[in-house]
Formats: sequence, C-alpha cells, structure tokens
Amino acid sequence: MRIRYSAPYLFLTPALTAIFVFFFIPVIAAFVISFTDFDIYAINNFGTARFIGFDNYKALINDQLFWTSLKNTFYFVIAAGPLSIAISLGAAILLSSKLVRLKPLFRLTYFLPVVTTLVAVAIVWRFIYHPRFGILNYFLEFFGINPIDWLGDPNWAMPAIILMAVWKNFGYNMIIFIAGLQNIPEDLYEAATIDGANGWQKFKKITLPMLAPTTLFISIITMIGFFQLFAEPYVMTQGGPLNSTLSIVQYMYQEGFRWWNMGYSAAIAFVLFLIIFTGTLIQFKLQKSPEA
Amino acid sequence: MNRFLSSSILLILFTFGCGGSGDDKIVIDFWTLGAEGEYILELIPAFEKENPGIEVNVQQIPWTAAQEKLITAVASDNTPDLCQLGNTWIPQFVALNSLEILDEYVSSSDQIKKENYFDGIWSTNIIENKLYGIPWYIDTRVLFYRTDVLAEAGLNHPPQTWEELYDVSKKIKEIPGKKDKYAIYLPANEWASFVIFGLQAGSTILKNNNRYGNFSGSKFKKAFEFLVKFHKQGLAPIGISQVTNVYQAFKDEYFAMYISGPWNINEFKKWMTEDLKDKWMTAPLPGPDENTQGVSLAGGSSLVMFNNSEKKIETWKFIEFLSRPSIQLNFYKLVNSLPAVKDAWNDSTLAGDKYIHAFYKQFHHVAATPKIPEWERIVFSKLQQYAEFAVRGTMTTDEALKALDEDVNNILEKRRWLLENE
Repeated sequence: MRIRYSAPYLFLTPALTAIFVFFFIPVIAAFVISFTDFDIYAINNFGTARFIGFDNYKALINDQLFWTSLKNTFYFVIAAGPLSIAISLGAAILLSSKLVRLKPLFRLTYFLPVVTTLVAVAIVWRFIYHPRFGILNYFLEFFGINPIDWLGDPNWAMPAIILMAVWKNFGYNMIIFIAGLQNIPEDLYEAATIDGANGWQKFKKITLPMLAPTTLFISIITMIGFFQLFAEPYVMTQGGPLNSTLSIVQYMYQEGFRWWNMGYSAAIAFVLFLIIFTGTLIQFKLQKSPEA
Repeated sequence: MNRFLSSSILLILFTFGCGGSGDDKIVIDFWTLGAEGEYILELIPAFEKENPGIEVNVQQIPWTAAQEKLITAVASDNTPDLCQLGNTWIPQFVALNSLEILDEYVSSSDQIKKENYFDGIWSTNIIENKLYGIPWYIDTRVLFYRTDVLAEAGLNHPPQTWEELYDVSKKIKEIPGKKDKYAIYLPANEWASFVIFGLQAGSTILKNNNRYGNFSGSKFKKAFEFLVKFHKQGLAPIGISQVTNVYQAFKDEYFAMYISGPWNINEFKKWMTEDLKDKWMTAPLPGPDENTQGVSLAGGSSLVMFNNSEKKIETWKFIEFLSRPSIQLNFYKLVNSLPAVKDAWNDSTLAGDKYIHAFYKQFHHVAATPKIPEWERIVFSKLQQYAEFAVRGTMTTDEALKALDEDVNNILEKRRWLLENE
C-alpha cells in the first residue's frame, strides 16, 4: 500500500527540491535577515550584523518615505487597476464584435506595447510628456489647457505613470478577455435576443456573469503585478519629483541594492507580501459572495 | 561604427587568444567600467609585448550595474585582480575589507609617486592613512557658461565670487526677453553643487570623525541658503524635467551657466556649432570671496587591486604601465578621460585645448568628500531629497537641514557602533 502511494512523491521530488532550494530557503533566509541590521559592513563579515528583533519593522512605521511609497503604490493600484481592466474588457468586446474587420491587425496593434521593451517605450513617452515640446501638451493646447509639466510636477507625475502603464499593459488582459469571451456559448445570446433583450441587458446578464472567473483571474493578476510597480517609475522618473512616484518595490530595491541595507529591505519585502496576500484574499471573498 | 567593429573584432580575437594559449602565461583579470573598457584594449598589446609572460583579460561592466556586480563578487570571492573604481566607491570596498593596501608598492616604485598627482585627487584614495588606489583618470566640475549672455549682462569674465555669480544671474534674468528663461542650472536632484558650495563655505559636511551630520552647521547652511535663493528668485529652474536635454537648453540660452564635468566638453562642442561656436567657455568655479579660490570635487576613477589576487606583482606592473605619462596621454586621445598624471598635461593636446584649461586650474583646488561607505547614500538618498524639499518650499531651509541631519545621524549609527567596538 505505502509503496504505491510513494511513487507520485518520487516524481515530484525534483521539482520540489528545486522549489525548496531556490525559493523556500531564500525566503526563509530573507525572513531571518529582516530581523537583523544586515548591511554593507556585514556582507563580508557576518559578525557585524546585529539581531535587532522587530526594529526594522518598527522603523518602517516611522519611516516617512515608506509611507509615501505605500501611498503612491496604493494610488497606482487603485487608479490603474480598474482602469486597465475596464479598458482591456472594452477593447476585448470591441474586437470580438462581428462588425469589426481586420481583427488580427487590431489585436496585434493593441498587443504590441506589451511586447515592446519598456526602456524604448519610456524614451518615446518622455517626449510625449515633455513640458515644452511634448505632443500631449500640444494637443491639450487646442482645448485651451495650459502646458503641464507631466513628469516634473509632483501632482501630475503619477497620473502620467498610470496612463503609460495602462497603455503598456492592457493588451495582455485584453487577450485573456478575448479568450474568455470566446468561451461564452453563442446560443445564450441567441436565446436572449429571442426574448427581446437589448445589447446592454445582454452584456449585464450574460457577458459579465459568464466572464466572472476570467475577471477574477485578471483582477488578481493585475493587482499583484501593479503592486509590484517598479520599471515604469524607475525609467521615467526614478521615483521623483519629490518622491511622488516612488513605489514600494522601488524603495525596497533602493534600500537593498543601492544602499545595501539588506535587513531593512527584506522587512519591506515582507510587508509588501502581506499586503498582496491580504488583497488577494479580499478579492476572493468579494467574488464568492453573490453579486448584487 | 568602424571603431565599434574593430574593437569588437579585437575583443573576439582577444577572448579566443586567451582560451587558445594554454601555456604558462599569467592572466590578469581587469574589470573596467563604462566606455573605458572598450578603448583600453588598444593599449594592451604594447604591455603584452613588453611583458611576454603576462596577458590582460579585460571585462567590461556598465556603470549602472557595476556596484552591484562588484559587491556580489566580493561576497562570493570572485573578485578580479585589478579593477577600475570610482574614487568615491573606494570606502565601500575598504569596509568590505577587500582591497590591497598600496603604500609599500608605491614606496618601492620608480614610476608611481605621490608628487606626480594632484594632491586633492591623490588623497581620495587614502583612507585612515592607508593608500588603496592609484588615480587612473580624473574629473572635477567647473563652470560652463555662455560668454555672449554674460557679456550682455555686463560681465566680460566668468564670475569669480559668489556675489558676482548672484549679481550676474540677476542681471541675466533682467535682460529683455529672458523672463521665461534662467541664469543658471542647479538641479536640486544633483547633490554635487550643494556639496561643492558647502565645501567652499568651509563646511566639513560631517563632523566628529564622520560620526554625525553637520548640515545644519552655520557654514553648510550659508551655502545651502545661497543656492536655494537662486531657485526661490527664479534664477534657476526648479523642475528637472523642464530640461530634458541640457545641451539643447544651453544652446537655446534657456540657462547661461551650468556646473558640470569634463565629460560634457565634447557634447557641448557638438551642440554649439556655427555662430555659437565661440559663444561659450569653461572657467574654474567662483569662490566665496575674492581671496579664496573656489574648490570643486575631486572625482575620477582609480585602479585598485583586490587583496585575494594571486598575481599582485604582475598586476602592479600593469598599473605602472597605465600610469606612464605617454600611456595616459594615449588613453586621453582614445577616450577623452583626463589623465591623472600631471606630466601628461604638458602635451599640446591638452595644453592647447582652451576648454580644458579651466579643469587644469581647478584640479589644484579640489577636495575629497567624506570617505565613508555611507557617503553615496547620504547624498543621493538624503541630501537630494531635502534639497528638493527646500527648493520647492515644502520645507524651510532650517527645517530641511535639521531633518537632513537627523536622517544622516540615523544612517551613521552603525558606523558609530563599529568605531566604538573596535
């Protein structure tokens, strides 16, 4: 009996070993480090690392920059998340419509930003956002709007990053939504049409409920991805101006790999982990509860 | 393109050359940062010809990834024999206990002597009375200015004192049509000008053997307030993204003065063409008063040897080779990095370039920043942050400097603990 059941574990061993060695051990090590003041002095001389209990976590509470980065990250997730999902859903529905021609071309166009290197994209967007020569301000001028210093003004830098991130990422979600839409049986719509439902009713009563699992998946993936906001501000603003685009991950990177405060950086990582974990749980709960 | 092609072919030949010659040659691993690594390859054949038993294996690391890669190498005991290091990075690697002390090598060398170098630059390589690096190429910051704009404002020579700098800035701003333009570019997200003016005012920046911040001390405060005044009065642009291209902005007279380093000489030459060709110059930095020459930063790259190298004698030979005036000059011709050895400056290539003259003068008045591993963190993460707050008016200068000192004291806590437990 026992031997029979041990076979699957035997096959799982290689994968589990890899995960254990390359994932769990580093995570545990990082967890231990987050309770020390491991820094540049300690890299070559572990003796100088001091065990400091919860001091890193306590310091985080009083760290203005941490709160700023937390606030910025939430701002980004709350604004860019729904926006990105709405736009990708909209694009997916339009592209699934029977009225649209040249679908592959549009799909390709919308997906292009996803596969383009961010650094290349960032250069173009920096020109778009340029306060004096940028095309965005040029267009806004037609509506009588004064030039905005998009990346230089602390109030506008985050919206600028959001706009760019949404543009860069919505294509990926769109593809998943298109796949989800294709899984909705056509006869549901036909039946609804016979019953006299209009387009909006069909969307509300058929498309949205049938897409619920896809939407849950996308919102979780998007949330996790957006909480880890890093590359966009890193290349566009380096967290500035006035730290208005500093994200948690960027702050963690700075502390860890620029200033070598590994202990402090690890503590930030675990706080971020807790936040994402809680966010995911909340989303599961919300989706499970019967919809109003 | 041609240059790139030839150097990459060279690199390929080189790599194969190393793999192929399995005989008893000694191979020195040399890590270089940035563009220098590409051009150094052209100098190596001469060294290998002189020393048939030695080969130099160059590995190029981009500046942005360098610190990470080097520290990882130290942590995993994979350091090269020789490395190029920005001289402000030396304290970090001394803290990691990974650099060879070079005093004895120098005292028995005919080639490398302290007197051959600019004092301020040499001293950046000395930490607690021990020498850890030999200057390879050097840089500092001087004033780049528009001669035509300054003349229009009534000044026919570069500003020599703080007062003159401020007065001419006011006058530039008053020139008709200059309302939306600025006199000087002093970006708050570049710590250098704040530290330079602090040093000029006589501040030690940190105090008590670098145990505590000294930013709210009266001397630094004076310099800080002086610079913030330029932003507050509209003489310098506050937003950084207003100037995405400094060269274009300099050309457009968006600002008339800029404090920067030798790496920008060729860039400005490229942008200031035709009738603008003779409308700009470089000058040593102004000083706090007429009798004091303004100091600037002692920058540049040094050559360091890692202490677990097994080829120290050969590596030192190569350092000596790179420190010859003729080789230094060749290197300048290849990559435009200013030579560290003073003798190389007598050559007409350098002496004849009017833009470089200011740098030569300035190198006699350069000062090192505090030589502690925390320094970069202090200036990049803290000084720039509070400078930006002060410039934008989020904090008063007093509040900003006080908060800066508090943050810096926190950063230095570990250093204090280590010093007490020595």
